[in-house]
Amino acid sequence: MKPYFLLRAPIPRVLVWTMGILSLVLSVSWYIWKSENAVGNPQQETFFPTARIILQTSWQMITEDHATILSDIYHSTYRVFAGFLLAAFIAVPIGVLMGAFNIAAAFFQPWAEFIRYIPVPALIPLFIAIFGVGEEPKIYLIFVGTFFPLLLMVADEIRRVGYDLIKVAHTLGASQLEIMTKVLLRSALPGIFDALRICHGWAWTYLVVAELIATNEGLGIRIMKFARFIQMPKIMMYLVILGLLGLTLDMLFRAFNRYAFRWADTSKK
Amino acid sequence: MKLDIRDVSKRFVTDERIIQALMSSNFTVDHNDFIVFLGPSGCGKSTLLNIISGLEDASSGQVILDGDPITGPSPEIGMVFQQYTLFPWLTVRQNAMFAAQLSCNGAKGQLENDRPRNIIHRAQKLLKLVGLENFSNAYPHELSGGMQQRLAIVRALANRPKVLLMDEPFGALDSQTREELQDMIQLLSQVEKITVMFVTHDVDEAIYLANRVMVFSQSPGRIIEEVRIPFGPTRDPALKLSEEFLAIKKNLKELINQDKTPSYSRKELLELISHST
Ligand SMILES: Nc1ncnc2c1ncn2[C@@H]1O[C@H](COP(=O)(O)OP(=O)(O)OP(=O)(O)O)[C@@H](O)[C@H]1O
Ligand SMILES: [Mg+2]
Repeated sequence: MKPYFLLRAPIPRVLVWTMGILSLVLSVSWYIWKSENAVGNPQQETFFPTARIILQTSWQMITEDHATILSDIYHSTYRVFAGFLLAAFIAVPIGVLMGAFNIAAAFFQPWAEFIRYIPVPALIPLFIAIFGVGEEPKIYLIFVGTFFPLLLMVADEIRRVGYDLIKVAHTLGASQLEIMTKVLLRSALPGIFDALRICHGWAWTYLVVAELIATNEGLGIRIMKFARFIQMPKIMMYLVILGLLGLTLDMLFRAFNRYAFRWADTSKK
Repeated sequence: MKLDIRDVSKRFVTDERIIQALMSSNFTVDHNDFIVFLGPSGCGKSTLLNIISGLEDASSGQVILDGDPITGPSPEIGMVFQQYTLFPWLTVRQNAMFAAQLSCNGAKGQLENDRPRNIIHRAQKLLKLVGLENFSNAYPHELSGGMQQRLAIVRALANRPKVLLMDEPFGALDSQTREELQDMIQLLSQVEKITVMFVTHDVDEAIYLANRVMVFSQSPGRIIEEVRIPFGPTRDPALKLSEEFLAIKKNLKELINQDKTPSYSRKELLELISHST
């Protein structure tokens, strides 16, 4: 038996790529098979347009109407980053405090846990009432969706830092503030960046919800508009754009993590 | 340097019970003493060390360093733990110099002028002495266990603490590495004229390193005897086989075991064996 089937056995890079491509090829083949079979069946044909039609429509839209696509991407990305960065800048410091001081956790945790369980779409009417229908309610919706989980994840990452490191830093003469910045935060940084990466993914989910609030531009609302006219090929194209955007940003996060936190490479331990 | 342990005792109060971890203890530590705490598990050795370091409060009594009572951790009292206390995000060199970036505003006593520069200078010298200078840019996870402990010792000593506390620092190492590091700390304590308080379970280690051994006993944890080790400051590994060494070892073992009842039912097990044969 190849060692690839042993628990947690490392696999060569070639195999990583092969498996990735294989899963892609399998899924695409399945879709092609499904859509080709649907040809002639009027009901299915609409919902499973063939690959050729999807590519043709996409190409047509890219060449003739790329201004719309770019503007949608711009508006959506802007909302995601405005909401997400706002959440990150506030959640990280407060999360560090919560992880470091139980008194801070006791103060913030109940609210964070409570709001985390309110489904974000349920807040839309409230947000429209407070912020109107401009960009604010959309950005704040993404903010609320990501802030509270991020807060709790950051606090957990700080709590995960071994107490021994705190003790040894104390005996080296570090003050509480120095331990917070030079030990707790530094030690938890890879975990915090991973939490940011995951919450950034959720921000894209909340984007689609946020764009339900009166708007004309954005990837999410555009898909709704296409759906109204059952324009499946265009929906497919926009889904691919959303997926690729998310994947690219995720990969950037990961690359940054690998580069900045080489010391945290646990595979060598 | 003079360290006074005066009537120090500790009891832990938890929801279920009260544990008298350490009965009132008294002794004085002089400059360049190498004091070893020897005793069975759970007799309060770590507790006493933590109190001296300022990491834990005593239930009664005081620890007095050069006339000032210890009220919290300070750079004047360094500590080396059993394992996993290096900062994994810092290189070997950065770990060794960690204290240089600390302001130590709240520190008691007179801090030397130009402290950061001195720490950096000392760290470099010590890294060389313990044979780590070629690994200056490596990360802790690239080091063996023995090298990691050497680095932990360097990091503590670079601060030039008045006292170095070591809680089973070699407990997780294999016996060969262990002997190597025993030799190293023994020589370092002579070269650097440091004062050490060292916890171990290993009687050989205690005799080889100490000039004074504090023998602890269990439940309640207390110091039952102080044994002076008559060998000079620098020692040779061959000493461990000498008759004088073995005589002290026998004496210490008897002291440790005198009021010790096994924590398992030895008698019943023996009976079971005799029945089954
Ligand atoms: N934080 C704590 N809360 C409650 N009890 C404690 C605490 N720390 C230690 N104890 C108890 O105090 C006693 C002494 O513990 P200590 O760790 O000092 O022993 P030790 O001599 O260092 O043992 P070992 O050799 O196994 O490290 C033990 O009975 C232990 O259960
Ligand atoms: Mg202990």
